[in-house]
Amino acid sequence: MYDIIIIGAGVSGTSIARELSRCKGKFCVLEKEEDVCCGTSKANSGIVHAGYDAAPGSLMAELNVQGNRMMKALSEELDFPFYQNGSFVVCTEENALPRLSELYERGQKNGVKDLQILTREEALFMEPNLCGETVAVLYAPTAGIVCPFGMNIALAENAFLNGVEFAFDTEVKEIIKKESHYQLITSKGIYEARCVVNAAGVYADRFHNMVSEKKIHITPRKGEYILLDKSAGNHVSHTIFALPGKYGKGVLVTPTVHGNLMIGPTAVDITDKEGKNTTAEGIDTIRQKAGNSVRNLPLKKVITSFAGLRAHEDGHEFLIGEVEDAPGFIDCAGIESPGLTSAPAIGVLAADLLKDKLQLEDNPSFTPERKGILNPALLTLEERNRLIQNQPAYGNIICRCEMISEGEILDAIHRPLGAKSLDGVKRRTRAGMGRCQSGFCSPRTMEILHRELKIPMEELTKCGGNSRLITGQRERVAGCSSTIL
Amino acid sequence: MQQYDIVIIGAGPAGLAAAVAAHDAGIRHILILERDREPGGILNQCIHNGFGLHTFKEELTGPEYADRFIKQVEERHIEYRLNTMVMGIDIAPDAPMKIVTAMNRQDGMYQIFSKAIILAMGCRERSRGALNIPGYRPAGIYSAGTAQRLVNMEGYLPGKKVVILGSGDIGLIMARRMTLEGAQVQVVAELMPYSGGLKRNIVQCLDDYNIPLKLSHTVIDIQGKERVEGVTLARVDEQNRPIVGTEETYECDTLLLSVGLLPENELSAGLGVKLNPVTSGPFVNESLETNISGVFACGNVLHVHDLVDYVSEEADAAGKNAAAYVKDSRNAVPGVQIEICPQEGVRYTVPSHIRLSQMQDEQTIRFRVGNVYKNCFIRAYLNDRQIVSKKRPVMAPGEMEQLKLKKELLLSQIETGAQNNRLIIRVEVI
Repeated sequence: MYDIIIIGAGVSGTSIARELSRCKGKFCVLEKEEDVCCGTSKANSGIVHAGYDAAPGSLMAELNVQGNRMMKALSEELDFPFYQNGSFVVCTEENALPRLSELYERGQKNGVKDLQILTREEALFMEPNLCGETVAVLYAPTAGIVCPFGMNIALAENAFLNGVEFAFDTEVKEIIKKESHYQLITSKGIYEARCVVNAAGVYADRFHNMVSEKKIHITPRKGEYILLDKSAGNHVSHTIFALPGKYGKGVLVTPTVHGNLMIGPTAVDITDKEGKNTTAEGIDTIRQKAGNSVRNLPLKKVITSFAGLRAHEDGHEFLIGEVEDAPGFIDCAGIESPGLTSAPAIGVLAADLLKDKLQLEDNPSFTPERKGILNPALLTLEERNRLIQNQPAYGNIICRCEMISEGEILDAIHRPLGAKSLDGVKRRTRAGMGRCQSGFCSPRTMEILHRELKIPMEELTKCGGNSRLITGQRERVAGCSSTIL
Repeated sequence: MQQYDIVIIGAGPAGLAAAVAAHDAGIRHILILERDREPGGILNQCIHNGFGLHTFKEELTGPEYADRFIKQVEERHIEYRLNTMVMGIDIAPDAPMKIVTAMNRQDGMYQIFSKAIILAMGCRERSRGALNIPGYRPAGIYSAGTAQRLVNMEGYLPGKKVVILGSGDIGLIMARRMTLEGAQVQVVAELMPYSGGLKRNIVQCLDDYNIPLKLSHTVIDIQGKERVEGVTLARVDEQNRPIVGTEETYECDTLLLSVGLLPENELSAGLGVKLNPVTSGPFVNESLETNISGVFACGNVLHVHDLVDYVSEEADAAGKNAAAYVKDSRNAVPGVQIEICPQEGVRYTVPSHIRLSQMQDEQTIRFRVGNVYKNCFIRAYLNDRQIVSKKRPVMAPGEMEQLKLKKELLLSQIETGAQNNRLIIRVEVI
């Protein structure tokens, strides 16, 4: 019997897990995928929003602003990339100025610090590639960008090191309310817990509705993105939003923490909770709208496109708290934008609630710090050479586009909750994320995964499940040891 | 301090041939840096034959062709380092010396000083993302070259039921290769109304195996959330837009992409080498020298070739020219410059300009055309006067063209007073 089971190893679930690990108790995170950060948390804008968007008085507004304030300290404690690059909301029509002021006012009410309205000249001085029609800009210096994978993985690793268990490839099929606990029937057997946290992203309605008569409904709202090569990464330095106007809701243009340029998302409601395919219409929309706030975008430098699903709850509000007719069942549902920003605050809110409920004691051995994967590019030449001398794998570049060494890949595989698949390595190290999109490095990364984890090549996957990378071995000619026949 | 006369980046066919030529021109301090575990570059995975018809007058496989040059490099005791990544190239404070920063397991990260550099890094394959192909992102989508490496070098089969997008040569070769390995190659789709590969590959790799080639078709959707389950093709109109109603879905577990090669010039760009947006390779003069004095380029890093024989030929010239640069034996008189202007049908030329004072008796101009042309002429005009006319029964974008220009001819036609002379090269249909 666990004290608490968390369904979902996305950024919300792992943030709650990490906060809970400050307390003594038996906690477990159940995840249907093979790794953390496989759903909504892996495909989003990676933006740390300032907090002027959500309705004043809403939980969204409160947690957004709180999460934003917590992010810097958390990124230092857990060693994940976060830059406070500031955001612009670009207004391109005189008659839309009142709406820009409205956003400013809303930000003031929500407690967003240092908001300013910039004139056209001030804005263009700071961001020369803003579109020529720029009239004014709402500037939020507290906004930032974060590595969504890095943050999610860091939270999970730290929770794990502080005693939280993780069960992957474990899909919850059914939840049965017992007298004083819950029984979870999963693809890997039965789990029992005194309390359950429902942090299941687009599936949160399904689990909520298993235990409650007050039904909720979550719509997967698809957002498609295009990612541009690093040579386009300096096109803008701030995150650029378009003020909704004559073109409808715009798309954002932002540098990423890794130095790429990202444009998106679209917003289309769908029914398939796994419908993470990109569409011709989606990509076209992004390409058309991108120029509305930023000019001269080098759209020829696209290296990939992807889609993510927002967990949009009908009331467009975070639902965080104990379900009225299901004591001990804690919802963390409807976590869409600004969910990533709010995650640190969501963790505290949900964990505090559970601590009170279960009277959890402090965990005296809790260690808040976690060290990320070493980035050799940040070392001095002497430090780097000492590292290679001790661990020669750091001298062997595997991913030539992102310049990722074998040493970093080995670290990604062998660290707590390490990578087991090609995508697992990619999210932890960026190997395969560059301009050739893993053309050169995938055979080499496969070889390393095969060797280190002793997984037969035929069983290696791109991202778990049936995503096997090869379908078989070539027949070898007897007596020929080389593969070149 | 490590110091060389010439450092060559890449031990593929271009780097090897350049090294041999530079050595034979009298240079002894040559170093080749190679990131892979063996020399030979992409030839190592090209186990089919058809290489070397021009160079050796016989049909060799890729590894055999590479081996001829590896032997020549070894006979000359030219130094090469494997598993070594070049991290950057800079101009030394005491220019014209260049600094190459390299890294490997044994030596860590270190700097090498060199008088001349030959860029021979080759190219990479264009990825799915660059084409904005919509759909899911499951396992089973490979670029043709990655699949070729998996099959021929690692011994693994990427899939059993295959659709190929793009009729570049690697895609065609892989259609046959996968078939020989027992896979079912259902179709090769090509966006353009003509193939991007060599005619002989279409015959030998598709026709001989009854694999259909669908021209003016593209992939408009990829199905399968974990592994590829299907690929939808559609016919495209003149603007390459899919035509509604022409969709056809193929059940398959693998999609191979052979949709173009891009010279890998990140190192060159970091050094300040000016790149031609048409080729993504450096602009070079008659000596295959970039805008940075003493930095030369050859092979697929300069422009994508169709036959390795031409890579060797080009690299030979780059090696000789780098040697002349090191020995400082070049004519220092600036002299007359001829700007080559590709027009109508000619997409680019290598070189892009000629300094007459540095020109050999004969200069090869390499280029590709932008469309399929039948019964036409390649004509060159120097200052609007026709100086060359070459009849070509067929030209296609998949095949590289060349024109040889005699120095005497150019000398007789230039305007001596003018600093700049224009040489127009274009396709003229009869």
